[in-house]
Amino acid sequence: MSAVSAAPDIVYAAPRQRHPVIAFLRHQPLGAAGLVVIVLMILAAVLAKWVAPYDPLTVDYGGILARPSWQHWLGTDNFGRDVLSRIIYGAQTALSVGFLASILGSTLGALIGVASAYFGGRIDMLVQRLMDVLLSFPIIVLALAVAAILGKNVVLGVDVNLVLAIGLPMVPKVARVVRASALAVREMPYIDAARTAGFSHARIIFRHIVPNVTAPYLIMLTAFVGQAILLEASLSFLGLGATEPTPAWGLMLSGSAIDFYQQAPWMIVFPGLAISLAVFAFNLFGDSLRDWLDPKLKI
Amino acid sequence: MKATYLLAAAAFALAAYPAHAQTPKRGGELKFAVSAEPPNYDCHANTSFAFVHPVRPHYNTLLKFDAPNYPKIVGDLAASWSVSSDGLSYTFKLHDGVKFHDGSSFSSADVKATYDRIRDPQGGARSVRKAAYADIASIETPDRLTVVVKLKKANASMLANFASPWDCIYSAAKLKDDPKFPERNILGTGPFTFVQHAAGSHWIGKRYDGYFVKGQPYLDGYRAIFIRGAPMVNALSAGEVMVEFRGQSPADRDRIVGTLKDQAAVMESPWQCSLVVSFNTKKKPFDDQRIRKALSLAIDRWAGAEALQKIALVRHVGGVLRPGDALAISPQELEKLPGFSRNINASRAEARKLLKEAGAENLAFKLTNRNVAMPYTPVGVFLVDQWRQIGLNVQHEQLDTKLYLAAQQRDNPTYDAALDFNCDFMDEPNLQLIKYISADRSPINYAGYTDRKLDELYDRQSGELDRGKRIAVLREFERHVLEQAYIIPTIWWHRIIVANKKLRDWEITPSHYLNQDLADVWLDQ
Repeated sequence: MSAVSAAPDIVYAAPRQRHPVIAFLRHQPLGAAGLVVIVLMILAAVLAKWVAPYDPLTVDYGGILARPSWQHWLGTDNFGRDVLSRIIYGAQTALSVGFLASILGSTLGALIGVASAYFGGRIDMLVQRLMDVLLSFPIIVLALAVAAILGKNVVLGVDVNLVLAIGLPMVPKVARVVRASALAVREMPYIDAARTAGFSHARIIFRHIVPNVTAPYLIMLTAFVGQAILLEASLSFLGLGATEPTPAWGLMLSGSAIDFYQQAPWMIVFPGLAISLAVFAFNLFGDSLRDWLDPKLKI
Repeated sequence: MKATYLLAAAAFALAAYPAHAQTPKRGGELKFAVSAEPPNYDCHANTSFAFVHPVRPHYNTLLKFDAPNYPKIVGDLAASWSVSSDGLSYTFKLHDGVKFHDGSSFSSADVKATYDRIRDPQGGARSVRKAAYADIASIETPDRLTVVVKLKKANASMLANFASPWDCIYSAAKLKDDPKFPERNILGTGPFTFVQHAAGSHWIGKRYDGYFVKGQPYLDGYRAIFIRGAPMVNALSAGEVMVEFRGQSPADRDRIVGTLKDQAAVMESPWQCSLVVSFNTKKKPFDDQRIRKALSLAIDRWAGAEALQKIALVRHVGGVLRPGDALAISPQELEKLPGFSRNINASRAEARKLLKEAGAENLAFKLTNRNVAMPYTPVGVFLVDQWRQIGLNVQHEQLDTKLYLAAQQRDNPTYDAALDFNCDFMDEPNLQLIKYISADRSPINYAGYTDRKLDELYDRQSGELDRGKRIAVLREFERHVLEQAYIIPTIWWHRIIVANKKLRDWEITPSHYLNQDLADVWLDQ
């Protein structure tokens, strides 16, 4: 009789699970760099009161157009206001308008895209032709038109109409991308099953389709924050966004900065760098997020 | 350092710019920039420099200001004039041989038809200066070269009114056929005939060979180019246009001088324009005199003028009349009035006390401003900062000109406080004080109040021909305005013109509406 020896316990090593954020940072170093800049900007905006060396609105006529120095690292403007402090506070304007406009445009676009794909037929055709019309306008032209028509409406320090002017032109682009994803989801058997079970349209859309188009939605949202910041700066530069003495990057580039750019180039160089850096950071982060979440998706 | 150098160069250029040193040369086309465009061609209906600069060279007026000797008045179409001792009758003798550009002869009938149209426009014509001539009882023309104007009551500003650059003399025959003829047609007796208006581009005039002043004009013609902002500064710097007659900011002046160097001629003058703050007295809490006065007391006008003149075209501290004008208050007297003390700490302490009394220590309101950079934005930012210094929360709203005017001019305005302007073609209390009299008498009082004391003082000074007595009434008017603070003066403008030195015999005046007929201007080329 032979003894049967017990089989040795086989221990399968579980695949090493990294925290998704750490995995993203490891695999997307450029995106990580963008994320670091974004986090720093958000911190600067939130902690502006403590981080900024001066009140951004305090006028100092004794210190007009002062060169960058230890007292004023990035110099002063034509009202003697500290440029660094205005850039730090300007991040509040840029980020609040950028995020709100992007969330508004992306969310509205996603809802329209999903509904269009789900209902299909004539509704889809009508909605898509409307999106075609909106897409035929350059985004800045559409934003300019909306801003000029709506004027200003400041609520809790944020110009709601400016958010609308920037957010609305983003709707058709997001709608088009999200619709494409939703069309694929719509053909899935579980959607047919849900229909057969008699679920309502709202339940099918929000419980079964929307969760499956979250990736493109998030990618579009992130990518559009940079564009929204640029649009806010452009509209402020053109006189349709923030008004003096609000610290806003685009506004810092217009008006007086144009008059004094030869005497005080720091008045335009540093706000310009802030805009470029912010847009660059959001674009890097958005692209990396797309590659990480859905490499097949090209916006 | 660079700016100092540029200013020194500019000062040198100005000193080396002889106004009348050379014999005028004939020929050449003067190109100048205009930063806006006239809405129509009717002098009597317009109010903007954008109209005067391109259009005025086609016309004459009865009298005009002698630019090098402002505010001296000289004849234009009038060869001479006399005023009766009671100030109720003005007699003008006109130049003989004057012809309109279509060849028709000019006579006293044209003067009468013109002033009748200004006083009482008929047939759909529009006049914005009816009030200035309300005291005229009749206009008579005893012969073809004599005009007699009779007044209902003496009016201290009447003679100067006849030198208004807006009172272009029109053809009586054309007005009879069509009272609205000047709206779409140019037909004057001026030194230049009309050639072309290309909307959005330019306006061309050419020498009128039949001009009644022998030898004038010297120019072959002129071309007004509609251009503004940075492109205009670039055009001035490059010598593509010789001048822009409204005014440049200090920064633009330095840029242009830096490029043109010794070819730049800088001319500066106090400007008959002020920025005032109008409070909406129909709206709470601005119906409370204590709050309005507190807001005036909080403004450090002296320090503001000192600082703002480096970055904006404002410089002078004054009351309701232009500082430096013979009838204006002296700085010593002004400093005793509310809002003009040199002791800003004491003024602000009083302002806080008044706000506390009124229960408005944490007042938050909106300052409505025009989205025209110079000088509205810098002065708006200055005011917001001044009010923040007494703990107030002020939102600065800059609107497009149309919306800005609508916000103030609608029947029931909703604005809180507005940065308003008061510009005139000459120093004359009858013009400048209209802003401050009751809203039911003043078309430009947007504060909406009624103050019969101000109206009575206005009428008294207007009818007072004795200069000393008139000044006394003016001081009383000014004290009352600043104490009530319905509308408060901030800082008066400062006019800076940078011209190419080839432009000769054009003189700066305190008004950008004056001296624009270009009859004696010539080009040194």
